[in-house]
Amino acid sequence: MELAPLLLLLFAFTLSIFLGFELIAKVPSQLHTPLMSGSNAISGITIVGALLALNIGESPLAKWLGFASVVLATINVVGGYIVTDRMLAMFKKKGGPKL
Amino acid sequence: MNAVLINLLYIISSILFIFGIKMLGSADTARRGNRLSAVGMLMAVVATLLYLGLDWWMVAGGIALGSIIGIVAAYRVQMTAMPEMVALFNGFGGLASLLVGAAEYIKLRDNGMDSYLKLLEAQSGVTVPGWFVLVAIGLTILIGGITFTGSVVAYAKLAGQISGKPTLFAGQKLINLLMMAASLVGIGLLTAGVDSEVAFISGVVLVILSLVLGVLMTIPIGGGDMPVVISLLNSLSGIAASMAGFIILNNVLVVAGCLVGASGIILSLIMCKSMNRTIGNVLFSGFGATVQAAGEVKGEMKASSTEDAYYVLEAAQSVVFIPGYGMAVAQAQHAVKELAELLEANGAEIRFAIHPVAGRMPGHMNVLLAEADVPYEQLFEMDQVNPVMSTVDVAIVIGANDVVNPAALNDPGSPIYGMPIINAHEAKTVYCLKRGKGTGFSGLENALFFGENTRMLYGDAKATVSALVAEFGK
Repeated sequence: MELAPLLLLLFAFTLSIFLGFELIAKVPSQLHTPLMSGSNAISGITIVGALLALNIGESPLAKWLGFASVVLATINVVGGYIVTDRMLAMFKKKGGPKL
Repeated sequence: MNAVLINLLYIISSILFIFGIKMLGSADTARRGNRLSAVGMLMAVVATLLYLGLDWWMVAGGIALGSIIGIVAAYRVQMTAMPEMVALFNGFGGLASLLVGAAEYIKLRDNGMDSYLKLLEAQSGVTVPGWFVLVAIGLTILIGGITFTGSVVAYAKLAGQISGKPTLFAGQKLINLLMMAASLVGIGLLTAGVDSEVAFISGVVLVILSLVLGVLMTIPIGGGDMPVVISLLNSLSGIAASMAGFIILNNVLVVAGCLVGASGIILSLIMCKSMNRTIGNVLFSGFGATVQAAGEVKGEMKASSTEDAYYVLEAAQSVVFIPGYGMAVAQAQHAVKELAELLEANGAEIRFAIHPVAGRMPGHMNVLLAEADVPYEQLFEMDQVNPVMSTVDVAIVIGANDVVNPAALNDPGSPIYGMPIINAHEAKTVYCLKRGKGTGFSGLENALFFGENTRMLYGDAKATVSALVAEFGK
């Protein structure tokens, strides 16, 4: 069995952990809430998995589970990005050089 | 070839996520960063649709329905209710991952292992052993389920639909531990074979266990610790998405999910550090459930009126506002800003002192004060304001409690001993706006309220501040 591609996936997984740690190291505390909400929207990436569950030819049960998943993941993605943008818009509004 | 194009698009969207998170960490670029990551998400969705062969009606219907609900919810939510909204969205993400796991499991049973793995290889170009897929399904369901019910409990606690007090019962930790062990056994049994009834039943049991575990792990955590919990649950939903990526061998799911997972953990640790507690203490100690035994608070709380407060404020040269969750609940931020402007016009120096864990989310107070247009220059972090606190004439504590409790400094018996606080008690006069005489979210008595120089202004924070504003108008 050819496992090299799978190992590559695990490789990407491991590197992403370190990347995630590094990205957050120095964030001012007033940005923690938008950061959390923005990364929450990214975790809606599971929508990709949900869409792929909607293959033609699958049983109705599998497809309806996939459909429910698409709806929920879309709420997570769309809602998450909009609330983050709303929060950040308030910081922007004052037009100062910083925050 | 189609698959190559799709994977190239996935790589680009992963890069956009990385840049997006990076830019979210700096004030100047945060908004662009968020939009960049939204573009990345759109790209990932479009790339996925290029697989063709999807049921278009269900795709379009699902995305349309989800978008409408998401847009309406996101635009209607009040700024003060942001923490619970994020918790709820997060829960939906977790449930979505759980359903992906369930749908893939049903597909596996429908098609049989061999043809399922062939389909998977055709879609992803990666060959995997059957047990690997089953373990990934098990982990996705377990983590997704915990994220879902955990987030719902966090939502209910924040929205005040259930008590914010920790719920504890005998043997709780043991039960959680046993259920976790049972879940892992369940994942093991899943690999027994797709046709086996034992495996199917253990899959169903796993779903139930994960949902119950999410509730049991969250209820012992007090409302005051919800920021850390939401951040952790956010991390978990990322990991669930990542596990779902291992089921279908999709690299954008693995990478993006993992990025969120890792950054969420770091954020949680940063928050714990600012409370001077370990993450284990936050999750397992049932913090605030016990009534404080050591260090009986002496003295009595002295109530005052807005008229008296007006005379003190009118003469004050420097005023520090210390906002807490109570300001969010009362939606008092605009009234507070109005009062601050009046005081400034009256010649006082205005500062807003913001504790890193004030409110129910990190940076919660910053968001609210930004909404009310408080100038950025007036916002100070705890470490900047504490050194000058003894020179401050009046400190106004608006619905904050633990973050100004001097017991954290001088009472080794207190559960919050060692937590850095804003030294409001050092100000010449302290006014505390509070709804009633009871203890706050954490259930601790606050020595500050009994202090010699402290006056209590009871009532709704917004009404009290508005009354003060009216006094200035007289």
